Amino acid sequence: MGKQVLVIEDEPNIIEAISFILMRDGWSVATHSNGQDAMQVIRACRPDLLILDVMLPGRSGYDILTELREDTDLGRLPVLMLTARGQAKDREMAEKAGVSRFMTKPFSNAEVLEALRQLVPEE
Amino acid sequence: MGIFNVLIVVCLGYVALLFIVAFMAERAAARGQSSWLRSPFIYTLSLSIYCTAWTFYGAVGYAARSGLEYLTIYLGPTLVVVGWWWMLRKLVRIGRSQRITSVADLISSRYGKSNTLAVFATLVAVIGTTPYIALQLQSVTLSFSSFAGVEATVPPFGDRNAMAFWVAGGLAFFTILFGTRNLDANERHHGVVMAIALEAVVKLVALIAVGIFVIWGLAGGIEATLAKIDASPIGTFTPSAGRWAGLTFLSAAAFLTLPRMFQVMVVENEDERHLRTASWAFPTYLMLMSLFVVPIAVVGLELMPAGANPDLFVLTLPLSQGREGLAMLSFIGGFSSATSMVIVAAIALSTMVSNHIVMPIWLWLKEDGGTVVSGDVRGIVLLSRRVSIAGVLALGYLYYRISGGGAALAAIGLISFAGLAQVLPAMVGGMFWRGATRAGAMSGLAVGFFLWLFCLLLPSFGEGVVLSAETFQNGLGGLAWLRPQALFGITGMDPLVHAVMWSMSLNTLLFIFVSLLTFPSPLERLQGAQFVNVFQHSGATQGWSGGVAQSEDLMVMAQRILGGPEAQSFFQAEATRQGLAGFLPEPIPDFLQRLERKLSGSVGSATAHAMVAQTMGRATVSVDDLLRVADETAQMMEYQSQLETKSEELARTARQLRAANEKLTQLSVQKDAFLSQISHELRTPMTSIRAFSEILRDTDGLQQDALRKYAGIIHTEAIRLTRLLDDLLDLSVLENGQVNLNQRDGVLSTVIDHAVAATGAGAGRMRIRRTALTEAVPIHTDLDRLAQVFINLIANAQKYCDAERPELTITVQNRGASVVVDFIDNGSGVPREAQALIFEKFARVSEQKAGGAGLGLAICREIMARLSGSITYLPGQGGAAFRVTLRTIRTNAAK
Amino acid sequence: MRRPRGPIFLERRSYRQRRLRDAARFLPILGAGLWMVPLLFALDGVSSSTSSVMLYVFGVWVLLAGLSALLSLGLDPQPGPGDESAPSDERAD
Repeated sequence: MGKQVLVIEDEPNIIEAISFILMRDGWSVATHSNGQDAMQVIRACRPDLLILDVMLPGRSGYDILTELREDTDLGRLPVLMLTARGQAKDREMAEKAGVSRFMTKPFSNAEVLEALRQLVPEE
Repeated sequence: MGIFNVLIVVCLGYVALLFIVAFMAERAAARGQSSWLRSPFIYTLSLSIYCTAWTFYGAVGYAARSGLEYLTIYLGPTLVVVGWWWMLRKLVRIGRSQRITSVADLISSRYGKSNTLAVFATLVAVIGTTPYIALQLQSVTLSFSSFAGVEATVPPFGDRNAMAFWVAGGLAFFTILFGTRNLDANERHHGVVMAIALEAVVKLVALIAVGIFVIWGLAGGIEATLAKIDASPIGTFTPSAGRWAGLTFLSAAAFLTLPRMFQVMVVENEDERHLRTASWAFPTYLMLMSLFVVPIAVVGLELMPAGANPDLFVLTLPLSQGREGLAMLSFIGGFSSATSMVIVAAIALSTMVSNHIVMPIWLWLKEDGGTVVSGDVRGIVLLSRRVSIAGVLALGYLYYRISGGGAALAAIGLISFAGLAQVLPAMVGGMFWRGATRAGAMSGLAVGFFLWLFCLLLPSFGEGVVLSAETFQNGLGGLAWLRPQALFGITGMDPLVHAVMWSMSLNTLLFIFVSLLTFPSPLERLQGAQFVNVFQHSGATQGWSGGVAQSEDLMVMAQRILGGPEAQSFFQAEATRQGLAGFLPEPIPDFLQRLERKLSGSVGSATAHAMVAQTMGRATVSVDDLLRVADETAQMMEYQSQLETKSEELARTARQLRAANEKLTQLSVQKDAFLSQISHELRTPMTSIRAFSEILRDTDGLQQDALRKYAGIIHTEAIRLTRLLDDLLDLSVLENGQVNLNQRDGVLSTVIDHAVAATGAGAGRMRIRRTALTEAVPIHTDLDRLAQVFINLIANAQKYCDAERPELTITVQNRGASVVVDFIDNGSGVPREAQALIFEKFARVSEQKAGGAGLGLAICREIMARLSGSITYLPGQGGAAFRVTLRTIRTNAAK
Repeated sequence: MRRPRGPIFLERRSYRQRRLRDAARFLPILGAGLWMVPLLFALDGVSSSTSSVMLYVFGVWVLLAGLSALLSLGLDPQPGPGDESAPSDERAD
């Protein structure tokens, strides 16, 4: 069983695409599509890596990330942030919130996998 | 020591006595021991300044030339004084109650406090009095040289001119010293009055002494004197009826209008009851002054050499008989007459000149420099009085020098009288006729004055001096009817009577005529009432009250403070309350209290009280002062209200600006978000497309249905992209007005059916409530575009309605010319702060409620604008509510 | 401003006051008339002697002064209650 990735994203088609790619690469994938209760899901699921969208219904990805980084338990969780808003300002905000990796949509599947491998090295 | 030097010493001694008397009187008055100063006999004696050197010397000369005619000069004043109940009583009362300071002030005050009129009256007075002062100087120098002729020594003064100069200078000094000591509100000069009373006694005693000497010492008793009179050249009474009546009238008029007479009679009056004593004592005085004139003249004509000047008989007759003591007394009497007249005339004229000419000019000059300090004015007034006194005497001296002192004394006196009498119509008319107006007074005075100049004063200088002989013969500019002594072709009249007749009658006629034609100002009417009804307005025992005012005063004041309409309605209401018609209530305490309260709202209670009290004549500030205060207050209040208006406007503008700024800021945020939004909206489908196309490319051995599924996703997302681009394009086209409308006839219900079906709402979670009956409205419009709007609204409701059981109510109201379609859901609605923005492009109620591209409502708004309808957000409906209004009447709005 | 009316028993005095004022008003008219009399003689061409006219004029003068003195004894220049109601000259307009 590979490492677990939690994908928080509201677009069903994108969830489907990411899940397919990750599972094909051997990751175990959990998904969630709402920002509101994202923190509970993360705590319950305790993933090795988090893929987070910025524009989520209920709560923005930045907020979730900020709270995550303040959490003693989950503070070191690697987070790959994906956003459709690819401006410099957005990257800044993400880095400020403590993102591990920031990528703009549309992304290349290979790049995502590459990033994941870097963030969660194989033991 | 020659007799001339004795004369100088006696003169100086006499003047020193006057100084002492005047000084003592001032001291006594200052100490309050002035009861004897206020004796009615002092008042009567002070009136004797009517008898100047002209009387003292000139009457005898006049009698020697024209017999009894000289009496007319005293008959007129006698009649005026005897008839005090008619005129003088009223004049004195007006003078006291209105604080009149001079004839000019009286005229000006009566006619609405017009300074123009005052200036004019002042000029008339100065021009009329200057020759008279010159006359006094001349008489003094003549009497000096009479002594010099006997003594045959060279006068130490050099010549007559120098002597006249010293006399004028000395009089100026005395007048300034005692005439401008104080600046009392009532302008009374105890010292001067006392000195004049003394001089009155001196001149009467001197004349009577000479008379007694002549009758019993020279003529040999009364019988013999009467016989001598009838035997003399003036033994037959041959009067010109015109001159007799005319001169009586003229002297009566002059008695009222002479500045010096007004000064002693009205201004210096202590008590109205003094008039009662004067009414018999003054005629007696005048009678005594004229009693011995004819005997002296007759005996003088008999005894004196043929070329002797009859004007000096009073002096030269005793002198020729070796009675130097009597001559000296006579000389002192003449000197007294001259000096008292000059002193009082100078005071009276200087008051006028200072108050009506110098002060206005000074204040006018000062106006630029800022406000006048109150302590400052007193000094200025005194200085201006002093300068004016010196100026008046200088004028008299100049006139004396220029005229050469040659004309007969009596002639100058009468010319002077005629000039000053021009004020009479305006004065008497103003006192007895409320209809008299400023314009009337002005025109009457002007015509009278110029006729006097042209017919009397200028011709008096002789032919060829001012008016050419040509003018005398053929009239001004060759017009025969403009001959100075035969105006309008009336010839054969005595020049004096001619001038008086024309000037006074045209003066009076014009005064009445113009008064009838013109309309007086409020202040004029007010003053007119005050003057004419002075006995009703002023309490009998009250002293100097500040402008006694009545309701009209109060109204004038109130209007300036409250503004016209408000004051008028207030006064009218008060009048009605008292059961009176019109605007003027009786000034009863009740009304005054209410007025005070009303005014205090504007100027504060203390000020209001002071103003009403003062306007009601209970204080010493004049109505004019009050009005000035009121003007200033009104001005201040106007500024204040202007400021208030301004600041209100500013606040309004600021509110509008803030609102605009808020909107701009929000719009700017929206614009900033535009790129993010469009980026997001485009990238999201592209992400799916790219991800799945890569999957399809890179993944071998995909199941057939997975393959189909992923291809389907790519297809759907591509369509989504296209739709977004279509929307953008659509909006752009709509905004630029390049849209083609396909207007057709249809029914509203069909369009709604179509919209509901297109959104799939009917089958979905959301319930849609409609009322079929009301929807059957025929419409003529672009049905597809309308459906697009409805689809958008329904889709929005589907997307955003956050109710547990979402419900959308579509109601239709047919309003005849238009139909209104409301889409109301049961969600939480659009927050107030967002309502203004939802129709903007890329506006989204919040980031959290993502969905469309934020173009839907913007497109709806544009569509409805093209369809000549509108779409608005309807607040306060419980949920989100949009109202679409559409015209049902055919329009050709589409271009 | 208006004062209370005087008591009834003053009526008689008040009446006398009014007649005295009428007399005071009449006096200057009388004087003017008398002093114009010598003109009548002159107009008729009757020449009279200066002394007689003089005596006449001065006689009138003494008469006027005397009458005026008599009137002034009784006249009160400060009008009492209701005194100013009659004369029309002060109620003009």
